[in-house]
Amino acid sequence: MIALLRRDMAVATRAGGGFGLGLAFFLVVVVLVPLSVGPDTAVLSRIAPGILWLGALLACLLSLDRIFALDFEDGSLDLLATAPLPLEGAVAVKAFAHWLTTGLPLTLMAPVLGVLLNLPVPGYRWLLASLLLGTSALSVIGAFGAALTVGLRRGGLLLSLLVLPLYVPTLIFGAEVARRGAEGMPVATPLALLAGISLGCAALMPFAAAAALRVNLR
Amino acid sequence: MLNVSGLAVARGGVCVLSGVGFTLAPGQALILRGPNGVGKTTLLRTLAGLQPPLAGSVACGEDVIAYAGHADGVKPTLTVTENLTFWAQVFGGGGIGAAMAAFDLDGLADRAAQNLSAGQKRRLGLARMMVTGRPLWMFDEPTVSLDAASVGLFETAVRVHLAGGGAAIMATHIDLGLTDARVLDLSPFRPQPGGVRTGNAPTGDEAFL
Repeated sequence: MIALLRRDMAVATRAGGGFGLGLAFFLVVVVLVPLSVGPDTAVLSRIAPGILWLGALLACLLSLDRIFALDFEDGSLDLLATAPLPLEGAVAVKAFAHWLTTGLPLTLMAPVLGVLLNLPVPGYRWLLASLLLGTSALSVIGAFGAALTVGLRRGGLLLSLLVLPLYVPTLIFGAEVARRGAEGMPVATPLALLAGISLGCAALMPFAAAAALRVNLR
Repeated sequence: MLNVSGLAVARGGVCVLSGVGFTLAPGQALILRGPNGVGKTTLLRTLAGLQPPLAGSVACGEDVIAYAGHADGVKPTLTVTENLTFWAQVFGGGGIGAAMAAFDLDGLADRAAQNLSAGQKRRLGLARMMVTGRPLWMFDEPTVSLDAASVGLFETAVRVHLAGGGAAIMATHIDLGLTDARVLDLSPFRPQPGGVRTGNAPTGDEAFL
């Protein structure tokens, strides 16, 4: 399992691995928002948590199809399915590797970009916390979507359509934590719900994704 | 080691082979032959457990089979050593030294796999079988894009594997030097037109997804 994690990390961070794609997209979205909305700092402060969350979610969506598609194309997925590693475990590891190379960098970059949107000071802590929790759910849900569409050529569009509704609860509660944190309101309820979503997804989605992969490998 | 009886396999919801049966003991090799599209790949994928059989049974121990398909499962941005080490770790096997030597990969150890030729990449894919540590090797067209010398290396590796109590099944069109290997022609196992059709089980899943 550790070998698989290390390999996925190495593949993602080397040339053509798509490591910077999500980060660059996130940067572009956040830089362009003040230009389109206008320089009114009060407006920017109010929409900052939502924009940061939306940007992170869409950036995460960009790299989802890489989770399984590349392994499917070069035959590694067939070999992994016949390896002693249970497919559920392989899926969980690959989703974790996706989070380490996408969700975690996005989370760490979000406070820096928060400055551009004039995010209120108390909001930074909760933005970090909500993204840290929420992006893990985005990765495992995304792994399920990627497993469903793995055999399809140009399955990216279908993947986005399948995954977006599943992302809605994570987005609602994640952005709510960040918004309440920025306005100095109590965040316990949405934070607990967000944590619940993430843990539930991490527990169940690998099984669903492995089942989908088995069907698609036939 | 492997006992197959009455096996029927389907591809794309259509039954391509039925009534296939054979046994394979340690030290034996079986070569599958038949024209393109007869179902060699489908049969191998079914034996490897990647798809369920339509009918019949495959009796085989746990963690016995190592499967090598058309694709080599090689990551272009990793080096030869990294690729091979990864598979050795996944299969919990030992070192990669013997496999590197057997397929003459030592000189390419630090080369990124994307810079290998098609034949070199195939050799890397075949070397992977040696690090799995599994007794039954299954090859699908193993000699594609290999030159004569590399085919010789492959023959030697298989021969050593058989002598060590392993077994091998391969689908191939060329004549390997494995003179004592049994040959199974799959053409007679094609279902008669209008005969066996698939059940609903596999297609039902596909329609659902």
